[in-house]
Amino acid sequence: MVKRATVKGKTPALKARLNDDIGEEKRLTMYRLQLEVRHLEQRAHDLFFQNLIKGTSHLAIGQEAIASGFGAALRPDDYTFCTYRGHAHTLVRGTSMTGMLGELMGKECGMLKGKGGSMHLTDVEKGAMGSYAIIGAHLPIAAGAAWQAQYNKTGQIAVCFFGDGTTNIGAFHEAINFAVIWDLPVVFVCENNLYMEYTPISEVTAVQHPAADRASAYGLPSIIVDGNDADAVYRVAITAFEKARSGGGPSLIEAKTYRHSGHSRADPASYRPEGELEEWLKKDPIPMYRQRLLDFGVKEKVVNGIEEAVIQAVDEATEAAKASPTPPVEYAFADVWADGGSSWRN
Amino acid sequence: MAELTYREAVAAAIAQEMRRDESVVFLGEDIAKAGGVFKATVGLWEEFGDLRVRDTPISEQAILGAAMGAAMTGLKPIAEIMFSDFLAVCWDIVSNQIAKSRYMTGGQVDMPLVIRTANGGGARFGAQHSQSVENWAMMIPGIKVVAPSTPADVKGLLAAAIRDPDPVIFFEQKSLYAVKGEVPETEYVDEIGKAKVLRDGDDVTILALALMVPRALEAAERLQVEFGISATVVDIRSLVPLDTQTILSETKKTGRVVTVEENPRLCGWGAEISSIIVEECFYDLDMPIVRITTPHIPLASADELEDAMIPSVDQIVETIRREVD
Repeated sequence: MVKRATVKGKTPALKARLNDDIGEEKRLTMYRLQLEVRHLEQRAHDLFFQNLIKGTSHLAIGQEAIASGFGAALRPDDYTFCTYRGHAHTLVRGTSMTGMLGELMGKECGMLKGKGGSMHLTDVEKGAMGSYAIIGAHLPIAAGAAWQAQYNKTGQIAVCFFGDGTTNIGAFHEAINFAVIWDLPVVFVCENNLYMEYTPISEVTAVQHPAADRASAYGLPSIIVDGNDADAVYRVAITAFEKARSGGGPSLIEAKTYRHSGHSRADPASYRPEGELEEWLKKDPIPMYRQRLLDFGVKEKVVNGIEEAVIQAVDEATEAAKASPTPPVEYAFADVWADGGSSWRN
Repeated sequence: MAELTYREAVAAAIAQEMRRDESVVFLGEDIAKAGGVFKATVGLWEEFGDLRVRDTPISEQAILGAAMGAAMTGLKPIAEIMFSDFLAVCWDIVSNQIAKSRYMTGGQVDMPLVIRTANGGGARFGAQHSQSVENWAMMIPGIKVVAPSTPADVKGLLAAAIRDPDPVIFFEQKSLYAVKGEVPETEYVDEIGKAKVLRDGDDVTILALALMVPRALEAAERLQVEFGISATVVDIRSLVPLDTQTILSETKKTGRVVTVEENPRLCGWGAEISSIIVEECFYDLDMPIVRITTPHIPLASADELEDAMIPSVDQIVETIRREVD
């Protein structure tokens, strides 16, 4: 387990730490990515209550450090696969906020042309290979992308994010075994936020650590990381990525975290014990990371400037998405097949 | 031309496509070193090696998931699901993932893959290794569905499926694996979505698929000889895309249509075709459409019981004689 850095005060020694193996530039990137996810998801939440976003949404507020840490460690041509709780993982690949908000709002500018919605965000050009809303399905799919990279010797890797609940479905076990026996360059990342939908994961899982305790069954080391610490996440990511790229095969990483909101828009999360949320709010990854940057000697003006720029970007994306027309009805009848159409007969 | 069995035509098609395109890869249970449990893939591993012809664990979700991930990122995988009944354990990957991803992503995702599977009855395997499930696949928007009846069609249509930019489920009827036929030896690619008129008649049009095609042909011969009934036989070959032009034109020529389907009755492919015919050329019909299907019952294993369920030559002859007279 990678320990969280707990440092206070501005000293030359701390400045040196800013330029350690991670470095200032990566840290500022991770801070920005976490803020982008946080502000965009809060905006999505607000737009929902203005009835501008329909359907459902599954927020990852509180879990931003995981997607951001992995995102900062990826090569632009690597592949990522995520779940219906996938705003974060898609955004950290550098996709357009307007395209994402537009998709949530069912607009023509939507990244999926209004045909996927919140649970299926995808940006193939950025390597964001899809958000999958059937639990477990994308683990073998990620393994398949990794197979392509292995076969063509491209040096790419695939990273697959999923929740703790996924560890109890068959596809999880099939995919990890498969990836191990084929030495595939894929990194499986379990975001353990303690709840599978409305039920504590501990009540429905035979082991304490739902992913890490299963790793040995596939000959993999047990890896647990503090999922609220982007630096810790970044370091495990780098290690796993190097292993995958050098032919060492897959990794399974369990990142401990907590979602501040309920499972979905419909869930007030009243099943959580009193005080639990408050305890986790103290471990909110974003204020903690901001403090670390300040402790390491980054000027407050720089830190604040990052957040201001993010808020401005989210504001602009919101307005652009609102201004976009609704998708033409023809979109509904397009792209079933590679020829762009939907015909099943001559 | 060379005389090949239906099973040899499978390997011939895969080898033909693997030779011309490095991005074609093949995975499945026992398909490599063992050459497949039906011996339909013998010689491929020897020719193309470990990297392109890969044995997998008994993990159907992993097989099809991996095929999908590879297809999305530039390979052209062929995945074998040993028995079509096993599609039930990976149906999420088929129906929710492979079929929908291009559409749901606004056309961002490509899905050039083939799922080969041994379908249908006649081998006395019982209800979990004998079903005809082509109608399951036909119901899913985004999947092409092909079921050949001859070795030549196996080679030509499988090659076409591998080149197709869309996902194709390729149903091989396991009772046909030993059947021999003339197959082009040179590069041969057929066209998916074209039915074939195998026999011209004046009195009735028989629409059949896979194992039902040779039975329909034999029945047509007997109807001619024994009862003077002249039957057209159409091999549908592809359920999606469906060659409705051929189906409708052959319907209009005789005014009488009989479907012969191995799938269980409810929502069998003949029901959809009947609906199209009734909507589009009802006034050309001289009698109600007749569907001959396996009954809506799981398949039994004993010879006499299984034979009593799957449409036979006798049943086709008797039904058509009665209806057309």
